[in-house]
Amino acid sequence: MSSPRYFYSIATSLIPWFLVSGLILMVAGLINGLFYAPPDYQQGDAFRIIYVHVPSAYISMMAYSLMAFAAFVALIWRIKIAHAVIVGAAPLGAWFTFLALLTGSIWGRPMWGTWWEWGDPRLTSELLMLFLYLGYMALRASLPNLAQADKLSAILILIGAINIPIIHFSVEWWTSLHQGPTLLKAGGPAIDSLMLYPLLAMIIGTTLYFGSLLLVRTKAEVLNREKNSRWAKKMLLGDQL
Amino acid sequence: MKPRQQRMLALGLSAIGLIAASFLTFKAFNENMMFFVNITDAVENTNIPADKDFRVGGLVVEGSIFRQPGNLMMSFALTDNINRLEVEYTGVVPDLFREGQGVIAHGRLKENGVFIAKTILAKHDENYMPPEVMESLATNALEKVSSNNN
Repeated sequence: MSSPRYFYSIATSLIPWFLVSGLILMVAGLINGLFYAPPDYQQGDAFRIIYVHVPSAYISMMAYSLMAFAAFVALIWRIKIAHAVIVGAAPLGAWFTFLALLTGSIWGRPMWGTWWEWGDPRLTSELLMLFLYLGYMALRASLPNLAQADKLSAILILIGAINIPIIHFSVEWWTSLHQGPTLLKAGGPAIDSLMLYPLLAMIIGTTLYFGSLLLVRTKAEVLNREKNSRWAKKMLLGDQL
Repeated sequence: MKPRQQRMLALGLSAIGLIAASFLTFKAFNENMMFFVNITDAVENTNIPADKDFRVGGLVVEGSIFRQPGNLMMSFALTDNINRLEVEYTGVVPDLFREGQGVIAHGRLKENGVFIAKTILAKHDENYMPPEVMESLATNALEKVSSNNN
């Protein structure tokens, strides 16, 4: 997988599988979640934003963890593909973070009584992660030398990884408006199974969809980095070479 | 040392520094990120910033909600199951505001011990279930109580 050429061809064949299975699960999850799951005993129909909010929030943290892992691998073992994966994941992670913050805010206004609370540990740490994503992209854009941009931005991602456990445990360590974990609760998920299955479908479906987008973006980044190599020229130009 | 081991050492040392830094941040958070004070502290006037708005969190006491007909003024009591704090509020309450629910009131304490709230936030728990399930849970709980009494 660490050879750009093999990565490129494996990614090309994986993308349709990720995309199609992801979209099927997302459509099934959304239809069941929005129309067939029962309303919540306290929130009524408003709880249904969970089907967008929870997958977005999960992807926002999973994408960052993936980037941190790739940064570690890239810095220690000098595997170039890993840098391309980080570049591919960053804007996707930033958008899912934005989506998690936006849907949480829309839900928070009627339910909590506020769009946003400064100083709330869960909200603030998630916003910090959005700034880490944007900071990563800004740092890369400001460094014209590729090797330098790779190295410094990977270090930034690793430093920011300390925020991931803070986001997850913020609702347990401090008093937050945000409720505790429902799915990862000790003693099993605290959610009715009719509400749970569409949510699991949305989480897995969105992850597969994210995976397909990540492969598309990483492929493009790999190609850009390998544009002077023999295999890339041969593949792109074919017989003209 | 091989270059790879040097990189590992450098990264390991930075990781130790980072953990130390985050430990200190964590300690500072613990002292400052107190999102609300509890009812007993508010009633006993401990841990409260003087002459400043603060947040107080507790459960809405059953049967304590009174609304003024014709306007948005209301009063209710908050409890932590030890002490009781009277709260006055004018405005629209969040959907999750109801008896027995955990809420956070932001405002200040008057000398007569009544809390004048400027905003009310409702906190909710991690449980999701259909209304029928909640009803059957409540019925079961009632039956259990009555069978224990017999």
